Amino acid sequence: MRRVAVIGVGDTEFGELWDSSFREIGIRAGLAAVADANISADKIDALYVGNMSAGRFIEQEHIGALIADYSGLARDHIPATRVEAAGASGGLALRQGFQAVASGLHDIVVVGGAEKMTDVSDTESSNIQSSSADQEWEIVLGATYPALHALIARRHMHVYGTTREQLADVAVKNHKHGSLNPKAQFQRPITRETVLGSPLVSSPLRVFDCAPSSDGAAAVVLCPLDQAKNYTEVPVEIVGTGQASDTLSLHDRKDICTMEATRSAAKRAFDMAGITYKDVDVAEVHDNFTISEILALEDLGFFKKGEGGKATEAGLTGLEGEIAVNTSGGLKARGDPIGATGLAQAVEIVTQLRGKADKRQVKDAQVGLTHNVGGTGATVVVHLFRRV
Amino acid sequence: MKVGIVSYGAYVPRYRISPEEIGKVWGADGKAMSKGLMINCKSVPAPDEDTITISVEAARAMMRRCDVNPQDIGALYVGSESHPYAVKPTGTIVAEAIEAAPHLTVADFEFACKAGTAAIQTCMGLVGAGMVKYGVAIGADTSQGAPGDALEYSASAGGAAFLIGSEKVIATIDHTYSYTTDTPDFWRREGEMYPRHGGRFTGEPAYFKHVLNGAKGLMERTNTTAKDYTYAVFHQPNGKFPTRVAKQLGFSDAQIKSGLLAPLIGNTYSGAVPLGLAAILDEAKAGDRIFATAYGSGAGSDAFAITVTDQIDGYARSKAPTVKEIISNVKFLDYATYAKFRGKILLGSE
Repeated sequence: MRRVAVIGVGDTEFGELWDSSFREIGIRAGLAAVADANISADKIDALYVGNMSAGRFIEQEHIGALIADYSGLARDHIPATRVEAAGASGGLALRQGFQAVASGLHDIVVVGGAEKMTDVSDTESSNIQSSSADQEWEIVLGATYPALHALIARRHMHVYGTTREQLADVAVKNHKHGSLNPKAQFQRPITRETVLGSPLVSSPLRVFDCAPSSDGAAAVVLCPLDQAKNYTEVPVEIVGTGQASDTLSLHDRKDICTMEATRSAAKRAFDMAGITYKDVDVAEVHDNFTISEILALEDLGFFKKGEGGKATEAGLTGLEGEIAVNTSGGLKARGDPIGATGLAQAVEIVTQLRGKADKRQVKDAQVGLTHNVGGTGATVVVHLFRRV
Repeated sequence: MKVGIVSYGAYVPRYRISPEEIGKVWGADGKAMSKGLMINCKSVPAPDEDTITISVEAARAMMRRCDVNPQDIGALYVGSESHPYAVKPTGTIVAEAIEAAPHLTVADFEFACKAGTAAIQTCMGLVGAGMVKYGVAIGADTSQGAPGDALEYSASAGGAAFLIGSEKVIATIDHTYSYTTDTPDFWRREGEMYPRHGGRFTGEPAYFKHVLNGAKGLMERTNTTAKDYTYAVFHQPNGKFPTRVAKQLGFSDAQIKSGLLAPLIGNTYSGAVPLGLAAILDEAKAGDRIFATAYGSGAGSDAFAITVTDQIDGYARSKAPTVKEIISNVKFLDYATYAKFRGKILLGSE
């Protein structure tokens, strides 16, 4: 297997991008990544696009060909593939791209992710997001996507004594990071009171515990590590990739406070890289809800089970903490255009490892991790990156 | 020739309902809604009130305050998105009620919440061109909000009428500017009982974009800034939007206080800026300058620069109640009575 490097990254701002269409933002991110990699379009061998639900959000399927076409790549007839795994679509697309380069099938691969979520009503958007859970056993019976995470939060509070305030602290930290990221959807810091005083969504989760609906796109360019220096002074190697699945329904799990798929995917990625969680300097984890970040902190191994909330409250996950988590603002403040999220995480980690994260730069970051979740943890993709 | 406002009148139904009372029925946090929208209560028309009766009340108050012969009125336009008839004018009834018929032109206007100010502009043109001596422009609504929808907390009723002419004007309309695009943020199709809207899309790309551009466009064309005006009034779908837009344009709370009625009566749609302007004229003094910007979904804004004249001193303002007096006479409803008043209870067919 060949070693694989990221040689270019690009993204759009995230938010309510009412002036831009899906294809427009997809291409904007892709072009930025290609420009960053200093390559010309004819060098591109293949395209992978992470997208969860363009069919329902904008009534457009056949996303792989669409993006290839509007990127001007259709005439070269390159293979273009859309990848879907709910919230993990982006991370999974990255893994497909990685496999294509590592296997020797392709040399230069562009991996993008995009979602346009704000062209439908809030109710429709929430229905679409809920389709990542089990329609037949969960959603039809009245559960919503936030409600399932509220169950997890309640259980975590009951078993481990995680407090309402600790959940709020996740949002406060990520909004603070978002305020340092010009591309984040939310640019203002918030307080515990902001979270605790916001409208109830599904007890105990409030509006400020939930990632927003967003429009946005992000992309990376991959190539074999031994060719990377031809294109960039600062290649970042993908040293580990791990993917795992779990039961689609939350109620089929032994313990809803643990995402076993996170543990498995992380173990596979760490084993492949030959490193442990202790080596990680900066991590982008899937905080679609504040409780999700707490679970991720524990299941990725950074803190013991039940200690994620306390660690957050103690500031151990901030920019100056033991492990800097969600420096981009995370899904919570950077925004969560579903299919783009996994790629936006990769863009942030590469930016950090290049030392180009400006005000939110983690000092001397060498190793970074991305953690991308689909549904309530039925698909998880973990990647590990290292500065070359 | 200085075209301007010769007289004005207002009307708001006396019934009120609070966001808390509405939220109670729909399982929503009415208190938070009230705080978020900056609406303490909204006006509700009685079962025998509609856009026509509101227009007539306002027009009659307008006529009481001046000694204009109604037969000198050459045009009358009613702007509303709740004309009682889909086909058959509101304006003809109003014209008859103020004895302005039959030698005049009448039409009903619709441009979501800014049809009333569009009527003012049309009358300005007709008077300015010398085609009519006086024109009447009315903005009035009994706006609809689907049960349980966010709009139900704000959609209310009320209206104001303006007599536009060039003699004895109590306030000159020095300049007007409109900013219009095709922006579908809010709509109601033929035959539909309630409007639909684009949620958060009604904010930045709709209300704020058009109000800001309309207001700035007028300031540029008149070479003025917020500091040049005594009062300002903006379309007020709630209390929050006009407060925010005023701040962005450099107006102070003191400048917008008199015209900001949404916290007390809700969103009167086509009646909103006309009522706010009426409330300002209730207390304005000669020389005061008024900045007004209406907004209509779909979308566009009409901005006006107005100066109060010496004529205000001899004007019989007290012959009709002020807006403040009208809206202080209130009776609160429970949701059931409100639902009955608004025709939200569907009776079995006979």
